Parts: sequence; structure tokens; C-alpha cells
Amino acid sequence: MNVVVCVKQIPDPAAPSSLDPTTHNLVRTGKLILDDSDSYGVEMALQLAGQVEGSEVTLVSMAPGGEVSGLRTALAMGAAKAILVSDDALAGSDALGTAKVLAAAIRRAQPDLVLAATESTDGYTGTLPVQVAELLGMPSVTFAKSVAVEGSKVVVERQTEAGYDEVECPLPAVVTVTAGVVEPRYPSFKGIMAAKSKPVDTLTISDLGIDPSEVGATGARQGIVQVAEAEARSAGEKVVDEGDGAQRIVAFLEQIKVI
Amino acid sequence: MAVNKIWVLAESGESGPLPLTLELLTHARGLASTVEAVSWGADVASAAAVLGEYGASVVYDVGDLAGALPGPPVAAAIASLVKGGNAPDAILIPATYDGRDVAGRLSAALDRPVLTNVTGLNVDEDLRTEHQVFGGSHTVTARFTGEGPGIFVIRAKSFAAEPGTGSAAQVVAAPAPDTGATGAARILNRHVEERSGPKLDEASVVVSGGRGLGAAENYALVEELASLLHGAAGASRAIVDAGWVPYSHQVGQTGKTVKPTVYLACGISGATQHLVGMKGSKNIVAVNKDQDAPIFSVADLGIVGDVHKVLPALIEALKARG
Ligand SMILES: Cc1cc2nc3c(=O)[nH]c(=O)nc-3n(C[C@H](O)[C@H](O)[C@H](O)COP(=O)(O)OP(=O)(O)OC[C@H]3O[C@@H](n4cnc5c(N)ncnc54)[C@H](O)[C@@H]3O)c2cc1C
Ligand SMILES: Nc1ncnc2c1ncn2[C@@H]1O[C@H](COP(=O)(O)O)[C@@H](O)[C@H]1O
Repeated sequence: MNVVVCVKQIPDPAAPSSLDPTTHNLVRTGKLILDDSDSYGVEMALQLAGQVEGSEVTLVSMAPGGEVSGLRTALAMGAAKAILVSDDALAGSDALGTAKVLAAAIRRAQPDLVLAATESTDGYTGTLPVQVAELLGMPSVTFAKSVAVEGSKVVVERQTEAGYDEVECPLPAVVTVTAGVVEPRYPSFKGIMAAKSKPVDTLTISDLGIDPSEVGATGARQGIVQVAEAEARSAGEKVVDEGDGAQRIVAFLEQIKVI
Repeated sequence: MAVNKIWVLAESGESGPLPLTLELLTHARGLASTVEAVSWGADVASAAAVLGEYGASVVYDVGDLAGALPGPPVAAAIASLVKGGNAPDAILIPATYDGRDVAGRLSAALDRPVLTNVTGLNVDEDLRTEHQVFGGSHTVTARFTGEGPGIFVIRAKSFAAEPGTGSAAQVVAAPAPDTGATGAARILNRHVEERSGPKLDEASVVVSGGRGLGAAENYALVEELASLLHGAAGASRAIVDAGWVPYSHQVGQTGKTVKPTVYLACGISGATQHLVGMKGSKNIVAVNKDQDAPIFSVADLGIVGDVHKVLPALIEALKARG
């Protein structure tokens, strides 16, 4: 079974983020890291591949500047190889443009199953994996809280408003996983060493036969008109509990007439 | 560019159209002269009265999906209406599980981009969207520059729902063309989690718990407090991921947006992804033992203290009031 995992490499979310004042794009400087949301997909893929003889996990990522730091982390967890698409023409791509690139790259890996996260930490459109599925002509099951492969189909518990649905879907398919789906492993020292020599196939959009007008800022066909500081919600009173904390809350609730 | 026609993806639940569907219809009414809905399910006809009251003159009925996930057939039905020459200027889609699936499919099928996480939509020459970024500290205004229809995925509680004066929407059958392999996923079983009291996104009091509660069993304090205040119990993602409470309790970017009269955050740090889901609350009370916790920056009343002391005392005090 060929399992492909989409992994996004993002700026460290702990670092303060900002928008470029002229392009309004997210400022991406410094080393990128593996989006934590994707570590669940990588773990799920490794576990599923481990259950079927002769399986392989391939990572697919689109990132600027030939960035591989995040890919190395996922390779260290146990993935076999990676496809990275990196091209200056991709700057400013939206979800659909990115989906076109990822779909073309994923096709090369001839997947039985494609995993992605429900949404990325920095972009969080949550539409990209489904756009990929449509472009690949595959079914998709989003918001998986459990995933099992049974022969030529995948069985998913999909979160809903009311609880969850048990969904069955023939392979090949795209499945997006939530953070609750599995507990990601930490890369071992051996894994980290092995990752250094695992193959990363770096491609440009012309390798994939994609026209530059389809992607990047031009392909996005959208623009930011302005960025304004939102009306800040100001902090009110802060008191240290000296045994009277509960009474303070009661008084506040009375004042706003909730009780 | 004048906005003539808007379509709203009208998702329904157990008790008719979702509140978010009605919010979108209400807002669309103020933006365009013609508002139409697209819906699916075994009984769209019975929703037509409510959809009409909130502004839809027509509801395109994709019909019963026979256990298929809505994304592929509903997107295919919309795409075929659009390709058939019946294109609106904009398609408003609720930011729900199924809504996002429809948006993604439709975007790829029509080759149109999507604007997601929309919290405001106005006409100013053309349609302008608002988005909250960096945990709501900044508002980004954006627009489409290409050919329409624009696809917009809109968050709950961005607009208020108000009934209009329209009569029942005219039901027009719009069955999905064959979706082939893309539509092959099937729902085998539905599991519904029991829940008492008001719904999280409709309650006027929400009491939420986070990792600061220390252990799953301490969530009972949050539930008891919520029930004493006739409210609903919510949660941070940290304790949902940890399996302490079901996902339906989650407040925040990937969970529910709540705007109650008062929001009580207990042992929640106030990460930006949590804040975007509750910052719109009228009043915010936070209990956290770390005086520098970010949640205090939005709290009207912040108690720097231990939830294991403050919550039991609060429960006692409320019980004593009867
Ligand atoms: C893409 C993405 C989407 C996300 N979506 C959401 C979302 O929808 N909703 C959401 O909530 N989060 C979301 N998150 C996660 C978010 O970033 C935080 O990790 C999460 O909100 C933290 O939950 P918490 O406050 O319960 O835990 P922590 O951050 O661990 O905070 C626990 C707090 O409890 C306090 N505390 C500890 N002990 C006590 C005590 N005895 N008494 C009082 N206080 C105590 C601590 O001081 C601390 O402030 C998302 C993250 C990502 C990357
Ligand atoms: N540039 C990228 N490279 C690889 N995977 C991506 C990329 N962007 C998004 N994804 C995948 O798609 C998911 C949803 O992304 P988003 O639409 O940004 O919320 C992410 O969590 C990833 O799994």
C-alpha cells in the first residue's frame, strides 16, 4: 500500500507572526518546521503502513527555498521518502493553487491512501485536502478521529456536530485527520540519523507541467485590500484569590444580572 | 459591480435549517436583490417555508443523498447549475464540516478560489470580506479579483439571524450528476452523543474548562457550574484532544464560536485559537493560577487562583443562593 502524507512546513508558531506591509503575505523568515497538525497524519500513515506488508509512506510538501527541515522531522519519524515542490513562482499561492501543485506531485506517488490534517496551523483554510481529492478524482473523508484500512477500503469515524459518523470509503481516497486520531511518536536518534540519507525528490512546477499563471499570486485571483488593527478588547479587573475569588465572581454575575 | 444574486448553502440539522444558515440568508438579503438557497436531504420541501421567511425566493433541492457524504454530490449539483448558465455573483457556505467539503469540491470543480474564515461581508464596489487574524488582534479585508462566482466560507455568529417577510421558497429540483469515484464514501452509522441543557452555541452562559483542571474527572466541576447557571459546558482543544470531553464541546478556531452573555474560562491559558472562538462574548470571567496567562488580557474579571479552590467555592455559593 502506498500511503502519501501531505506535510506542511511552517514558521514556528511560537514566534510572533506578522504580515508584509506591501504584499500582505505572511512573513516567512527563518527555518520552517513540521506543522504539528501534520505529525498526526505522519503517525497514522506509519501505523497503517505497518499493518500491510510491502507498504511505503511518502511525504509530499510544497515550501519555498528548497526547505527540508520539517520533512526531515517526518522522515525521522519513519517515512521512507519525500517529494518537495519548491519554486519561486509559487509565492503567494492560495489553497487552490497549492492543491493543484500537491495533486500533481501526489499523482507521481500512485497513492492508495492520501492523508492530510483537517487544517494547517498557519493557513487554516481547511479546504485544501478536499480540493486535492477533487483534482485527483478521489473520494474524501474529512475530520477523521479514527482510521482503519480493511482490504480495499478505509473505515473512518468522522466527527460531526452531534457525535460521529462511521464512514466507509473505497481506496484510493483522501482522508483528513484530527489531532485526536493517534499519538505521534518522537523521532529516535537512529531515526534522525537515518533521515539524513533518505531521498527527497525536489521538483519545480515545470517538472510537474504546471503553468505559472495557475499558481502564485496571479493564480490566487484574490487580494488583500487592507489590514487594520481590530478593536482591542481591554482587560478588566484582575484580582489575586485570597479566598474571596468565588465571592468576586458571584458579585460580578449579579452585577451583569446573570443571577 | 452590483451584487445581484447570492446563493446560500442551506445546511439543515435535526430541527430544520441550522442557525448559521439563517444568519447567512439574513445577511445575504441586505447585500443582493435575489437570494436563493441550495439544500439537500429527504425533506427539503418542509424547510422551504423557513428558508423563504429568511429571504430565499428559491431553494434548489439536491435531494436525498442516500448515505453519501454531502461534499461531492452537492458541489456537483451546484457546479452543473453554474455551468448551465445560472451563475450567482457569490456563493455563501457555512463553516461546518460538510460546508467546508462542499466549498473545496466546488472550488476545484469550477476552478474558482475560496475565501475562508470569513467573519464579515460587505459591498464596497464589489464584495469585501473580513477575516480575523492573529487571534483577532487584526482584521484583514480581502476581495476576489477574478471571474465569479466568488466562494465564501463564513464562520458562525458573524451575522445575526432575523426573519424577513418572504413567503415559502419555491422548491426547484437540482439533482446531482453522477459523481463517480469521488462520491463513493458512505455513512454506515451515526452516533449521537447525549447532551442535556442548552446548546453550546446558543447558551447565554458558557462555562469552559481547560488543561488547568488537571484531570478528566474534574470536568464535573465545570458541568455542575454550567448547570447551576443554566448554561452550557465548553472546553479548550487541549482537553478534547486528551479525550476528557467529546469534540462537540470545543470552543475556538476549529470548534464552536460562542457569544454568550458571560463566558467563564476555567484553567484555560487563552491561546489565540481559543480566543477567536469566545472573544465576542459580552462578559468574560477567567480563573487561572498564572497571573500572566493571556486569557486575562480579554477578561472583564480575572481571578488569579486555583480552579480546585475557586470552582468548588463558587458552586457552594451558588447553591447557597438557591
Ligand atoms: C490549527 C490549530 C487549531 C486550534 N484550535 C483550537 C480551538 O478551536 N480551541 C482551542 O481551545 N484550542 C485550539 N488550538 C490549541 C491551542 O493552541 C491551545 O493549545 C489550547 O487552547 C490550550 O488549551 P488549554 O488552555 O486548556 O491548555 P494550556 O495552554 O496547557 O493551559 C492550561 C492553563 O491552565 C492554567 N492552570 C494550570 N493549573 C491550574 C490550576 N490548578 N488552577 C487554575 N489554572 C491552572 C495554566 O496556568 C494554563 O494557563 C488549536 C491549535 C492549532 C494549532
Ligand atoms: N504547502 C503544503 N504542503 C503540504 N501539505 C499542505 C500544504 N498546505 C496545506 N497542506 C495540507 O493540507 C492541510 C490543510 O491545509 P489548509 O488548507 O492550509 O488548512 C494541511 O494541514 C496539510 O496537511
